[in-house]
Amino acid sequence: MPDGEAIVASGLVRQFRKGPRAVDGIDLSVSYGEIYGFLGPNGAGKSTTVHMLTTLLPPTSGQASVAGFDIVHQGRQVRTVIGAALQEAALDPILTGREHLLLQATLQGLPKPKRVQRADELLTRVGLTEAADRRISGYSGGMKRRLDLALALVHGPRILFLDEPTTGLDLQSRTALWEEVARLAREEGITVFLTTQYLEEADALAHRVGIIDHGHIVAEDTPERLKAEIGSPTVEVVPVEHDQAELLRGTLEQFGTPVSADGTVTVQLPGGEAQLAELVRALDAASLHVASLTLHQPTLDDVFLAKTGRKLEGAADEEPEEAPADGGKRGRRGR
Amino acid sequence: MGAEHASVLEQIGAIARRSIVRTFRQRGLLVFPLLFPLILFAINGSALSAATRIPGFPPVSYRAFALAVPFMQGALFVAVTAGVDLARDIETGFFNRLALTPLRGGALLLGQLGGAFVVACVQAVVYLVVGVASGVGIASGAGGALVLLALSTLIAFGFAGLGTLVALRFGNGEAVQAVFPLFFVSLFLSSMALPRNLIKTPWFHDVATYNPVSYLIEGVRSLIITGWDGQALALGFGFAAALAIISLGASSLAMRSRMART
Amino acid sequence: MRRFAFVVRGVAWRSIHNTIVSPSIIIPSIVFPLFFFAAFAGGLSKIAQVPNFDYKPGYTAFQFTFVFLQSAAFGGVFTGFAVARDFDSGFARRLLLSAPARGGIIVGYVIGALLRWGITGSVVTVVALASGMNVPAGPGDLFALLALGVLFNLVAALWAVGLAMFLRTEQAGAVIQMPVFVVLFLAPVYVPLHLLTGWVHSVARLNPATFALEAARGLLAGTPTDIALAFGLLGGSIVLWAAFARRGLRSAERAAG
Repeated sequence: MPDGEAIVASGLVRQFRKGPRAVDGIDLSVSYGEIYGFLGPNGAGKSTTVHMLTTLLPPTSGQASVAGFDIVHQGRQVRTVIGAALQEAALDPILTGREHLLLQATLQGLPKPKRVQRADELLTRVGLTEAADRRISGYSGGMKRRLDLALALVHGPRILFLDEPTTGLDLQSRTALWEEVARLAREEGITVFLTTQYLEEADALAHRVGIIDHGHIVAEDTPERLKAEIGSPTVEVVPVEHDQAELLRGTLEQFGTPVSADGTVTVQLPGGEAQLAELVRALDAASLHVASLTLHQPTLDDVFLAKTGRKLEGAADEEPEEAPADGGKRGRRGR
Repeated sequence: MGAEHASVLEQIGAIARRSIVRTFRQRGLLVFPLLFPLILFAINGSALSAATRIPGFPPVSYRAFALAVPFMQGALFVAVTAGVDLARDIETGFFNRLALTPLRGGALLLGQLGGAFVVACVQAVVYLVVGVASGVGIASGAGGALVLLALSTLIAFGFAGLGTLVALRFGNGEAVQAVFPLFFVSLFLSSMALPRNLIKTPWFHDVATYNPVSYLIEGVRSLIITGWDGQALALGFGFAAALAIISLGASSLAMRSRMART
Repeated sequence: MRRFAFVVRGVAWRSIHNTIVSPSIIIPSIVFPLFFFAAFAGGLSKIAQVPNFDYKPGYTAFQFTFVFLQSAAFGGVFTGFAVARDFDSGFARRLLLSAPARGGIIVGYVIGALLRWGITGSVVTVVALASGMNVPAGPGDLFALLALGVLFNLVAALWAVGLAMFLRTEQAGAVIQMPVFVVLFLAPVYVPLHLLTGWVHSVARLNPATFALEAARGLLAGTPTDIALAFGLLGGSIVLWAAFARRGLRSAERAAG
């Protein structure tokens, strides 16, 4: 494992010609082998950050380094150590999956004998061996995303940038991709910088989560600590006999203020999960028979709500125009 | 992973291979540009045959006179295909994927044009074969036919450079399509249908005289109907080379701006 | 009948509205005929010196008649493109499902094509007159010339709209356009019919567009010939392509469910 951090950013800013600062002074520090989840609504600045860190877009101000290389002055070195699957699964519908991999392997400078071998290896890994010689136009969304991931891995990068890799995928495809990303970090030690607007994705995959809104990082920590910071878990209890709801309510009063609804009594545990055993003993002592008992942890949505005053879902901002303030002609980049 | 830097030639080859594969897999893109100029050649070659009776018209059939036109029209179609292909890559994000590899901008440009080059060669051979099969003799002989292929391919290369320039500047296929009619206007406002000395309308004569396309078409035509005409060839190759140099130079600059990785 | 008129009005209004407010639609419609007029009347005027080229009003008028009819035909073709685009966007399906009298959809699009040609035909005529075109025709001849253009536009519009309804995708644009293009150019575009030779003469002699073009040239010169034949052929073509368009509509209806 190399010394230092895999990704470091300090005061990173990207100002577009029209509209607000897409990224407004963010600081980042991602360790090697870590999966860092960058969570935020559409237009929050996630993709612009990825485009800067992958050298596709120069920052307006601030510094950042990837694998110890400066993203502005050592762009070429940065590109050799990173792999990226950007927001659009940018594939050529006329080419086959295998042709994509061979093209990528050639451009990445893999020696000729290794190209076919590497393509086969990656096709197997992402489960596309059977579809390898079919044109992309016949691929499903999930297959395209898996090929996109394979393309990002062709040259064996140490750091992987995944920009909303599961947007638009069904649950099965999403779960398969999560497993592969987790495996890459766990078994191959690849650092993953993952942007997402899905809470469950950040929760399931990321070691640490940065929540971005309006170009600012509003919270950053492990998902557990972020949620713990928001508050204690709640317990939902459903009695076997409906007429025991009142007795149940009275029993749970020793932990907090119970709320009853539709035969279910809910109470917050100020002492956290540790109080669960105590609660079960109290139910037992009161001879209450319960049909179900569910512990609810606070979600990242609660965290987003607490930090921004809005729910993550439906919090999308207008994306700024992609014309940089410095007059560059960069077309659609940075989305 | 043992990655080294791919040589520039290898990079050009990989991009050109993709460009060629794409074109040949979309037969519609290949067939229409091939057939349309031939249909016009078949119709106009016969419909304008009365023009040979205009005093001062070269002593050849109108079909022989008109055979140069498909080469030019084919070159214009190649330009649009090259431009639209590149613009689509920019629109879909494929260009960004390439930008994240060690690929050099110049290699991407030349590779992209390599595909156009192959298509232009195939088209030129087809036009020549159809022309000869329809009874047109090549006055400059077999050697002249080879020079004709070289000149028409150079012209196609130059126009393809314009197509990629528009794609790089505007980043969308619609812009390339919108420029296409302008290319055609430049062809129609040239000595395409009659020799310049037989264009009677003063403004048209002036436009055709200042229009470089006239010299490109006259260079190709000279090999078919005149033989070895040094002046026409020098002007044809000169303007074709200038077009290629200018369009490729401007495309390179546009590529540098578009592919402005840090 | 009122429901039919309602659909016709709505579709025609939308068609012409979209034409006027979209530069990408109206500009090519105007520029292409003007461009052909400039290229042919300007670049080929020396052809009038060919022995036996006996069109008295001159080469500009000779080419104007072609461009006049070509703009009429392309008014129809471009409307076919619009129909195909409506199928791609899903608008046509909604129209089919909501229109109380579906026959009115075809009539509406065709009237839209006519209005579209009203714009381009006027521009072409003004430019031709401004460039000094001779017009020996009397008012009756000019009215008949206009009527000829209207019928020509209707024929092309019914073909294009009908085919667009069969194919239902904008990618079919070339299939709609190419036959019209070929039929037009297989008429005596550059020289009168009697100066054509070889296979083009054989084809042009039988091409219905030739009769319309020769009639139009006769009318503009004030020496109408074979007018009844031209109008008869165009009338027959309208009946034929109206039936074709109706079948296209049926096909689209089946696809729309």
